[in-house]
Amino acid sequence: MRRGFLQCGVSQGLAGFSSPDERGRWSGIDVDYCRAIAAAIFGDGEKVRFRPLSAKDRFTALQSGEVDILSRNTTWTMSRDTQLGFDFAGVIYYDGQAFMVRKSSGITKAEQLAGATICTQTGTTTELNLADYFRGRGLDYRVLSFEKNDEAISAYDQGRCDGYTTDASGLYAERLKMQRPEDNIVLPEIISKEPLGPVIRQGDPQWADIARWTLSALLNAEELGITSENIEEMRESENPLVRRLLGAEGSYGASVGLGPDWVIDIVRAVGNYGEIFERNVGVDTPLGIERGLNALWTDGGVMYAPPIR
Amino acid sequence: MQKPVKRGSGMGISWYNPRVRSIVYQAGVLAAVIAVVWFFTATAQENLERLNISTGFGFLDTTAGFGIIQTLIPYTEQSSYGRAFLVGLLNTLSVAVIGIVLSTMLGFVVGVARLSPNWLLSKIAAAYVEVMRNIPLLLQLFFWYFAVLRPLPGPAESIEALPGVFLSNRGLILPDPVLDAGAGLFFGALAAAVVAGFVLVRWARARQRATGQLFPALRVAATLIVVLPLLAWAIGGTPFHLEYATRGDFDFSGGVRLLPEFVALVLGLTLYTAAFIGEIVRAGIQSVDRGQGEAAAALGLKDSTTLRLVVVPQALRLIVPPLTSQILNLTKNSSLAVAIAYPDLVAVFAGTVLNQTGQAIEVIAITMAVYLTLSLATSLAMNWYNARIALRER
Repeated sequence: MRRGFLQCGVSQGLAGFSSPDERGRWSGIDVDYCRAIAAAIFGDGEKVRFRPLSAKDRFTALQSGEVDILSRNTTWTMSRDTQLGFDFAGVIYYDGQAFMVRKSSGITKAEQLAGATICTQTGTTTELNLADYFRGRGLDYRVLSFEKNDEAISAYDQGRCDGYTTDASGLYAERLKMQRPEDNIVLPEIISKEPLGPVIRQGDPQWADIARWTLSALLNAEELGITSENIEEMRESENPLVRRLLGAEGSYGASVGLGPDWVIDIVRAVGNYGEIFERNVGVDTPLGIERGLNALWTDGGVMYAPPIR
Repeated sequence: MQKPVKRGSGMGISWYNPRVRSIVYQAGVLAAVIAVVWFFTATAQENLERLNISTGFGFLDTTAGFGIIQTLIPYTEQSSYGRAFLVGLLNTLSVAVIGIVLSTMLGFVVGVARLSPNWLLSKIAAAYVEVMRNIPLLLQLFFWYFAVLRPLPGPAESIEALPGVFLSNRGLILPDPVLDAGAGLFFGALAAAVVAGFVLVRWARARQRATGQLFPALRVAATLIVVLPLLAWAIGGTPFHLEYATRGDFDFSGGVRLLPEFVALVLGLTLYTAAFIGEIVRAGIQSVDRGQGEAAAALGLKDSTTLRLVVVPQALRLIVPPLTSQILNLTKNSSLAVAIAYPDLVAVFAGTVLNQTGQAIEVIAITMAVYLTLSLATSLAMNWYNARIALRER
């Protein structure tokens, strides 16, 4: 980090995960995670530069060192973890692949898509799951793979394809971009597990620790009720769990090469995981996604961070 | 002409011997090139090892697991990455070959039209050339893709141009010809007619050279090529029948399908390259001395004969070398297919396969080797043709 800022690879514009607003400021879950790391390292969540990457280019950009971290709705798979020379820092969003179709087609189940043409983005796990889904059921299909998501969407929107597929969260986000969003429905079937998480290059254990524990800090902060609003009062807390997380006890920040206030800086910059979720994709946003699987384990979800101690 | 230099005699191994100097320089350059290549290879190897990235070409045998919308050879999701590579390669080749043939034909027409004494025709050709070659190809591809795609109705309201021919935004769907019993005889007759026509034309040319007598060889050959297969059709029964596409739940199944992506790519590449070829043809024709045309006219040759026998053969010497580079350009430009979802080599192999396997170095190396081979083969063929048509002094 000699250059004084974090180089963070994000998607080219996926509402709720990483998309620039009209003034060019990026927002989304993936973006906030990068701001959290920047806050942990530099004490300033703005010391990060976002590099929009296509699905196809993202791994090369990370391998070649063009970005320090890939925070780009990327599915954690075994081959990516083991063969590409990467490490995943954890899961920031539990997703699954689904289909979108036009309401006028009268389709209500994914299996009715036999023989359909499906638009998707090339170089994604989506493309493979799609093939698995139809192959596993002995159904025929045609796939049209675009390099850019926007092109896939507009081809679907213009009727070149009968269906469009990507992660469910992505479908809700992309539907907002359509000419008439209300004319399209997302089918209920989830055909795959898509644990999305930040990716780093293998071979730098300290950097891996920072990436992993930043994510854990966000989740632990939510679990302990630490928010960007009450962070100042929480510094006075007597709860040993809170004291350890906020650096009042022990030297957990120093153990990964960060300052003692690393979690305070993170929460000040972006809030805890729950705040990030609600701000970007939650029920009060245009995407309106429920916490579901992404709720904390204490609330019936599967978000479970290792303790800081 | 340079003064002939006595090489290697009397001067021995001396710095002043130009031959020795040139060998030393060339050896130096070669060593530098080898050193650079070695440096990059070693660095890449080291980086790959450090990053724990597996290397090698073993991935080509692994199951690909993804679908491709246009495959000229049998391919399923269970096929290997190597098979996917072949599918992409054939898709690239089919676009390139069709594009080269069409753009060369169109280019010649445009080039000749631009020199036409007809004011309107030459202005239209000029406007075509200026518009086409001054707009980036990528934009033209987007234009054709969305211009071809957008106005077309969905499969439910597809236009039935002829019985069994459907046009919709899923592409142009044609009936599939299925071979019947009479096919062998029919195609045998067709081949025989083509060979006979070829022999006839050569014979007529030789006879004309020897005796000066004209024989309408082209017309006779054309008649042969039409009549012989028709006879075979009459004797052997229908050579094939058409299998019509049937309407499925979403669009048609069966039949032969021309994808809109394919049509847009061929259209874009052809129209773009034809503008450049048109200019090359124009330059070539203008390079032929006016006196040649006047001399031919003085001999009483028709305009079309003058063009065919006097002007174009001389112009070709100038046309062929730059035409070669346009053909190479077209082949290489076909890689822009990736922008409009046509599954060419770059989209399938350097795109999807690279992304699914992460074998960046191997995949890119193979892709580069393919384009290099295609280009060198094209150059070789065109250079051979160029040598054949070169002006020979008798």
